[in-house]
Amino acid sequence: MSTYQVPTMAEMAANSQTPEVLFWVGCAGSFDDRYKAVTQAFVKILTKVGVSFAVLGPEEACTGDPARRAGNEFLFQMQAVANIQVMNGYEVKKVVTACPHCFNTIKNEYPALGGNYEVIHHSEFLQQLINEGKVALQGGGEFKGKKITFHDSCYLGRANEVYEAPREVIKALDVELVEMKRCRTKGLCCGAGGAQMFKEPEAGKKDINIERTEEALATGAQAIAVGCPFCLTMMTDGIKNKNKEAEVQVYDLAEMIAKDMGI
Amino acid sequence: MSILPQLAFVLILGVAGFILAKRIQFLRRNILLGKAETRNDQPENRWKAMLLVALGQQKMFKRLVPAFLHGLIYVGFLVINLEILEFVLDGILGTHRLFAPVLGGLYTVAINVFEFLAVAVLVSCVAFLVRRNVMKVERFTKPELKGWAALDANLILVIEIILMFAILTMNATDQILASRGDAHYLVLGPLFFSSFLQPLFEGFSTGALVAIERFAWWFHIAGILAFAVYVTYSKHLHIFLAFPNTWYSNLKPKGEMVNMPEVTQEVNMMLGIPVENPSAPPAEIGRFGAKDINDLSWVNVLNAYSCTECGRCTSECPANITGKKLSPRKIMMDVRDRAEEVGKSLDTGGPGLADGKSLLGDYISKEEINACTSCNACVEACPINIDPLSIILQMRRYVAMEESGTPAQWNAMFQNMETSFSPWKFSPSDRFNWADKLKEEEIK
Repeated sequence: MSTYQVPTMAEMAANSQTPEVLFWVGCAGSFDDRYKAVTQAFVKILTKVGVSFAVLGPEEACTGDPARRAGNEFLFQMQAVANIQVMNGYEVKKVVTACPHCFNTIKNEYPALGGNYEVIHHSEFLQQLINEGKVALQGGGEFKGKKITFHDSCYLGRANEVYEAPREVIKALDVELVEMKRCRTKGLCCGAGGAQMFKEPEAGKKDINIERTEEALATGAQAIAVGCPFCLTMMTDGIKNKNKEAEVQVYDLAEMIAKDMGI
Repeated sequence: MSILPQLAFVLILGVAGFILAKRIQFLRRNILLGKAETRNDQPENRWKAMLLVALGQQKMFKRLVPAFLHGLIYVGFLVINLEILEFVLDGILGTHRLFAPVLGGLYTVAINVFEFLAVAVLVSCVAFLVRRNVMKVERFTKPELKGWAALDANLILVIEIILMFAILTMNATDQILASRGDAHYLVLGPLFFSSFLQPLFEGFSTGALVAIERFAWWFHIAGILAFAVYVTYSKHLHIFLAFPNTWYSNLKPKGEMVNMPEVTQEVNMMLGIPVENPSAPPAEIGRFGAKDINDLSWVNVLNAYSCTECGRCTSECPANITGKKLSPRKIMMDVRDRAEEVGKSLDTGGPGLADGKSLLGDYISKEEINACTSCNACVEACPINIDPLSIILQMRRYVAMEESGTPAQWNAMFQNMETSFSPWKFSPSDRFNWADKLKEEEIK
């Protein structure tokens, strides 16, 4: 029996190999204890399906998204230009990432700085794998027949108009997908975008993630599916705040697929 | 017959035209206080956006009840204004219902359509007054709508109701006079809606009826001209500006922030990347980000003048919903109010932009812009593609790059990114540790 391999671009280049796709892990996927599980789940899926991939490993750095949204254009561009130099050095063509913020920045904002890649979010990547029959879902497992709601991430949904791919992935699990009142183009933010993840909210009557969690709980769903590390944190905190962690779980799409595949 | 009414009419028309021209110049100059920006790419998509979103009212239909009522007023406005042509020609030539003999039976059909729309507009305006003042729909009760904004909205609705009554009164009295055989008035086919008003006037003498009919005619046409002038002082400008505003829509993905090329040159030099034309003097950088309206793009200011304060943006804003001070509608109103202030100052020989005030600080607070999650809900919600987020992000750039005034927690995040290339304080050498466990796990 062999163990999982996580090749880096540097290792591949040393062996004169070029992977089909660069998996951009992102800071949350690298450092956040909860989101590391998502990164690992996605690597397992890629391995199981036999996708040729590599990561940047220690050579990856923040895309600069939160700095840019907080107004610090210098810092954003320092990060972006350095990342682009690394990626262009490896002649990266295609990038997949589990973070909508990284996805948006690399896809839409790196071209102006000389970084041109085909960038896809892992929800789209998973949907393609399912459609191509490469991911063999058991259609059973722990999610079968359960009510699941999907929380649209702003940077996936409104920012880039990816609404259906994550839903298709969830539906493939033979579950009952229930929608929140505010969904798709009207989806309510979890409260973390625009660098809000990194500071306390301004004074108000409620935290945004609580408002959204209440809406998710109102659907009666047993699990909330997300496709973004910040949303995962915000919704998990919201569920804890409501003392519902025993009844309602928050999962990333990749985790759900990996669980169903038994990996 | 006296030529006096014709002269009076031409005079009114001329005065209204003159005031309108002045007002348009004023608005145009104010909008162009914003920075130059060329947005002429993809003309076919721009026309498409204008046809669908402005002419076709596509985004209104996210909320069906107001979409239906607004649709009636909109169609009424477009169609009833066709009658203005006849009004103007009658006024100049001293004729009455000039088109009636030309169009024959069709004329009666047309007038019936106008009357139907007049009633539809009237009913919709009453419904809108009820929504604002009786039902107090939440987005119409926010703090930025107190005072002039609320009065402006109610005035517009009341004026429209009165103008529609004038049309119906005019037609009702006109047809009574015609039926009495007054040579000046033509008997048309039955007019459905105004016939309900006829019993009110049947007891009047012919002289009184002529007075009422003439008054209604003059009131309607002078009212429309006065309204056209009023609109230029009002949020109601959207009836015209929605069209250019949607043509100049942002056609890029909503998540994309505009690049700052003046920063890129410096960043490339710092990172030792060859720069094109390194010996060229650095481009003159006025200011990073936006502090006042002249730092914004003219499209941002056009957005502000196009805003009709419907508040769909604010009612979808997660920050506003949860009680924060930020209201995207207020951002747009502030930009317009500041442009008005600067424009008026310039016209009276005042200091204009150098009046010691600025958009950020005197109109919009840091607390407001800091509360934005950049979720694009406001942009998506706007029925005419206004982009409040663009303004918020430009002001954040000013605060971060010119004032170093971002909240302390963001400064800490900046520092983490500078030292460990992550917004969190982790050692960059630990970045790949997530794979350690996996590398020991057997593939199932």
